[in-house]
Amino acid sequence: MEQTAYTPAHYKSDQPVRWCPGCGDHAILNSLHKAMAALGVPPHKTAVISGIGCSSRLPYYMNTYGFHTIHGRAAAIATGFKVANPEMTVWQISGDGDGLAIGGNHFIHAVRRNIDINMLLLNNKIYGLTKGQYSPTSDRGFVSKSSPYGTTEDPFIPAELVFGARGNFFARSIDVELQISQEVLLAAAQHHGASVVEILQNCVIYNNGIHNRITDREYRADRTIHLVHGEKMLFGKNKEKGLVQDGFLLKAVEIGTEGYTMDDVLVHDAHTPSNFLHQQLAMMDGTDLPLAIGVIRDVDSLTYNDEVERQVAEVRVAKGFDSLRSMILAGETWEVK
Amino acid sequence: MLAETNVKTLDKVVVRFSGDSGDGMQLVGNIFTNVSAGMGNQVSTFPDYPAEIRAPQGSLGGVSGFQVSVGTNVHTPGDKCDVLVAMNPAALKQNVKHVKAGGVIIVDIDSFKEADLKKALFETDDPFKELGVNAQVLDVPVTSMTKAALADSGLDNKSIIKCRNFFALGLVCWLFDRPMSGVQHFLNKKFAKKPAILDANTKVLNAGYDYGHNIHASVSTYRVESNEACPGVYTDINGNTATAWGLIMASEKSGRPLFLGSYPITPATDILHELAKRKDLGVKAVQMEDEIAGVCSAIGASFAGNLAVTSTSGPGLALKSEGIGLAVIAELPLVVIDVQRGGPSTGLPTKTEQTDLMQALYGRNGESPVAVVAPASPTDCFTMAFEASRIAIEHMTPVILLTDAFIGNGSSAWRIPDADEYPEIKPPYVPADKIAEGAWRPYDRNEENLVRYWAIPGTEGAMHRLGGLEKDYKTGAISTDPANHERMVQTRREKIARIANDIPGLEVIGPDDADVLLLGWGGTYGHLRTAASELCKQGKKVAFTHFRYINPLPANTADVLSRYKKVIVAELNTGMFADYLQSRFPEVKMARINKIQGQPFLVEEVMDAVTKIMEEK
Repeated sequence: MEQTAYTPAHYKSDQPVRWCPGCGDHAILNSLHKAMAALGVPPHKTAVISGIGCSSRLPYYMNTYGFHTIHGRAAAIATGFKVANPEMTVWQISGDGDGLAIGGNHFIHAVRRNIDINMLLLNNKIYGLTKGQYSPTSDRGFVSKSSPYGTTEDPFIPAELVFGARGNFFARSIDVELQISQEVLLAAAQHHGASVVEILQNCVIYNNGIHNRITDREYRADRTIHLVHGEKMLFGKNKEKGLVQDGFLLKAVEIGTEGYTMDDVLVHDAHTPSNFLHQQLAMMDGTDLPLAIGVIRDVDSLTYNDEVERQVAEVRVAKGFDSLRSMILAGETWEVK
Repeated sequence: MLAETNVKTLDKVVVRFSGDSGDGMQLVGNIFTNVSAGMGNQVSTFPDYPAEIRAPQGSLGGVSGFQVSVGTNVHTPGDKCDVLVAMNPAALKQNVKHVKAGGVIIVDIDSFKEADLKKALFETDDPFKELGVNAQVLDVPVTSMTKAALADSGLDNKSIIKCRNFFALGLVCWLFDRPMSGVQHFLNKKFAKKPAILDANTKVLNAGYDYGHNIHASVSTYRVESNEACPGVYTDINGNTATAWGLIMASEKSGRPLFLGSYPITPATDILHELAKRKDLGVKAVQMEDEIAGVCSAIGASFAGNLAVTSTSGPGLALKSEGIGLAVIAELPLVVIDVQRGGPSTGLPTKTEQTDLMQALYGRNGESPVAVVAPASPTDCFTMAFEASRIAIEHMTPVILLTDAFIGNGSSAWRIPDADEYPEIKPPYVPADKIAEGAWRPYDRNEENLVRYWAIPGTEGAMHRLGGLEKDYKTGAISTDPANHERMVQTRREKIARIANDIPGLEVIGPDDADVLLLGWGGTYGHLRTAASELCKQGKKVAFTHFRYINPLPANTADVLSRYKKVIVAELNTGMFADYLQSRFPEVKMARINKIQGQPFLVEEVMDAVTKIMEEK
């Protein structure tokens, strides 16, 4: 990571962190402090806005401007903040319940508008703060206090929502992958527009081990793939496997078998405007194909806040009013003497 | 019938244009209003339109009306009209009740064929008899004369028919001696890009005027008096536009950029429309994905340092409740505009009511006091939108501005104020020395008015965290301490109460020795004030006062109320303001006048109700 005038300590508040010991949020908080230091935007030019839930306590642990708001609304509040004060770098923190259930509408519209904010989605597939109900990302059949016989509904896959909302930046990490978390958070901040970062996070109390199928050290290398723009899509302990194209779909192969060579392995292009391949990559779930982490899509596009500034500037020049009064006087008036 | 033209001089007249919602009645009503205002008349308008965008042509549900009063001492659009224009039988049927006894009804007799009568559910072939019309009826072949005037225009039949409204306007202008040049001016502007239509409408307008002139024997012609108006430059303004402009003035006076987060809802959407246009003054109006996002984006903008506003009507205010509570506990300035309409639920979206008062005062979880203000008239929307912004910023609180469909859509002539007629708004910024010392905490307050200081994000050294969780009085950190919570609740409550030191007192008009005080709040001002002064003219001793500041109440409220044996509270709901006042002043004897019909008061019905209450003793 590059050196800036700031260290992670500049972004830490004096408040004691009150998440449960072993909660994945601790690691994510550390990654965020480090990513902010690497980004180098001063704390007073940074705002962190959250909704409600365990992860939404995060602003209290930041020595930046911060706002812990109400359930589900962080994306809408962050939108207003960014439009009103575009000089600020805005981070918006949500969990899966906050961001995708009660706040689902704001989530997709913030992505669609392409507001230049960094949206962190901490996905532990459970409601923690209300003590263990299934969330919109819980798998079908998941047993919880509010689904004692298992859920009878399919979950959202956050990436699919982002692409459905025509998102231009999607990255994924895992709480324990500190390096990759820092890398994607920094990339999200450097992306111009709405950037969504999903971080798979463990809830040690109500959903312990929910991501173990993927994150366990024993098979993490085989069940995840770290995508880097411009690099071959390789995975496995010794990078002996790769992703190749198979008709319209992707296929995981062992290089040197079935006639596949390194030349067949795809090179990741995060910047291509088409989201066709990005979506396929993002939908891989660690069963037949490895779960993708890293920056999956990163495409530059017009942002809402920039376009508002541009319109304001253009219209101001075109109309040339210097005050409310001058605007009114340019309209239909009459004088009484 | 009279033998010759009989010119009446009146201090004010009321005209009602009515027709299908596609007939252009709102347009000709507006032009008539503007031309009258330009002549120095006071004006007050009442657009009365259906919720359906285009109901079936000629049906009762599709009738759109526009009533305007012009002249002197105009405070309301008038109870009943002197002249009704009815473009079809449905319009006649819906509006005949609004015509004064002995008034004039102008109908397009070409639209009164058997099929037209059926569409309006008439049972006989004589609609006037069937309705028991007690007015002079001027049956004018508007459609055929319009066609004749445009026979050589080359326009198709549909386009020709669309010009009918200007024939009616021309006729009304003749009746009221309005200058054609004034009307022409508005036509030129409106149809500048459509020369063929401009030409056609001009021809038809003049045909209507000439027609009136040529048949002058049949009705009275009116000369309307003009007021001695305060010198200045005037414009015609409706309440929603005035609201938008008042916010812009507050932005200029506070130095805080203006942000609107909103979602379309009748009858408030025109505020969004106006502010969206005002990018030319640097305003940022964002149409969000729902009502909740509207208020939440405004809260975000407020935290970011803007003068932040959200605009809505009753159902939207319900959705915004939780957000407003956040602004209460975070102590951020926020202006919430509720253009009230008939409820509950979707209710009567295009009609007026004052039924959101309790929702504004109390409609949130927890102890959640906010300031509430209510403009008295379309032009007062400017002043009170400014005041709502001033109070929000200087007292770091949400303020709910309760206007309504009647004053929001209604218009009056308005003198454009100079900027120095409004005071500077002083945001309570955190003192720089406190920041430098590192001594500032986010809930530090001004001891006098209990206002929290405002640190604008981007300011070095003033980083802080706000949130919906209760905070410690001193440090601003999260606190669940029982005594601290009670202290914070009482402090937030007292902060709102102390706004009373910063708003004007009640003014009373009427005789000093009156026993009875008639009072109201918000958009009913014109009708109530007129009723009170008419009663005084009849020799009845009725004083009148009106509330524009609802929470807190003006500091002299108890004093004013205690001076009268009986207080009569008139409002367009079942008695919300009366209940509110009674809860604060249990010793005051209160009588009530209530109406919940989606329509403004009529002066006459208020006078009757007051008289009856006075007779009861």
